Amino acid sequence: MQQILNFVIRNKTFLLFLLLFGLALALTIQSHSYHKSQFINSANSLTGGVYGTVNSVGQYFDLKEQNDLLIEENEILRKQVINSTIASSNINSNYDDERFAILSAEVYKNSYSASNNYLTINRGKRDSVAQDYGVISSKGIVGIIDNTSRKFSTVLSILSKKSRINAKLKTSDQSGSLTWNGDSPYYVQLEDVSKFANLQVGDTIVTGGQSAIFPKGINIGTVDSFESDESGDTYTIEVKLFNDFTTLQHVYIIKNNDLEELINLEAQNDD
Amino acid sequence: MTNGLVANIIRFIALLIIQVSICSSINFLGYINPYIYIIFIILFPINANRLLFLICAFNLGLLVDMFLDSGGVHAGASVFLAYARPIFLKYTFGTLYDHQTIKFGNLGFGQLFGYIALTAFFHHFILFILEIFNIYQILLILKKTLFTSILTIILSTIIILLFRPRK
Repeated sequence: MQQILNFVIRNKTFLLFLLLFGLALALTIQSHSYHKSQFINSANSLTGGVYGTVNSVGQYFDLKEQNDLLIEENEILRKQVINSTIASSNINSNYDDERFAILSAEVYKNSYSASNNYLTINRGKRDSVAQDYGVISSKGIVGIIDNTSRKFSTVLSILSKKSRINAKLKTSDQSGSLTWNGDSPYYVQLEDVSKFANLQVGDTIVTGGQSAIFPKGINIGTVDSFESDESGDTYTIEVKLFNDFTTLQHVYIIKNNDLEELINLEAQNDD
Repeated sequence: MTNGLVANIIRFIALLIIQVSICSSINFLGYINPYIYIIFIILFPINANRLLFLICAFNLGLLVDMFLDSGGVHAGASVFLAYARPIFLKYTFGTLYDHQTIKFGNLGFGQLFGYIALTAFFHHFILFILEIFNIYQILLILKKTLFTSILTIILSTIIILLFRPRK
């Protein structure tokens, strides 16, 4: 016993180092699995408050760009409204509850240079934001809500090795899963696209309807180049994003009102 | 003694805030962000309790991790740096360190630069190993380590020289 105690006292620095380094390693490994970075994340009042203060100063630097983006978006929306009023007024739908709810949010922290990127936004539990809600911007898809606190949330960006999102070709409906290889914040990869797809450079990629998180048909990017993967059965497509992740300021959170029902239904299938 | 304590606490908070608000959103050439918070570990008093040093370094790293949503990579790299600092000190300063008489305030530029370069490089190497966590991407790890180290070394040296106490 005496010897063990002596050993501990003699090597206390090394033992403390091992303990702390082990702790850091455990947190790192844990953060590499999807939705497992609960303890150390920027969705809390300390980090949110600091980022909020910084953002309230920093947002003045690109007001002009953000205004241009919003005007551009208004233009698109107005076009849609004008063209849709005539068509929809004739249809008398029996159930008029909305399937998707939309909530705007401001980006407090943005990152795009790490291998798993997160955004911090100024909406949280009090705005009834919860895990697995989708996040988009006016140009296209951004990511998925990861952790929430009362006032803030972190968003797992699609620029992350952990994220896999169902996406498809707009023209031919061939679907694949969207991943990121960590190289450039302007490009993502669409994997496992069937060889039967009639691919052309410049084709648009949109979200597929297979996941419950995003509605069908949200813009992602265009085909930049494509090649067959090793097995030769599928294509891997290099997708150029519509979104410029380096200048993200305003985003929208999408809530699927049917999410709970859908999950319950799918859980029944597993039994 | 109390003077040194206050200086270290201020340094801790100031470096943390500068790191997360400015330095982590520089993204020079797309991905290069300097990690200047290691100045705290570089300049921590040499005679202080080593256990306290390890715990301070760990907490600093963990707070940076919390702000940057990076799991525990900064905590790991900081603890490593804090533990290995005597080796770097010995390597750069030799006998001066053996007599525990180093004053960071009045070091020559060459020695200071060498010490910062050595610590920054090893810190960033551990940092990117943990962040990328894939030994097959060793080239990417080395590339990021090299470029980020250069920026960190330049910035850290400038900051330390600017804020060093006057004699």
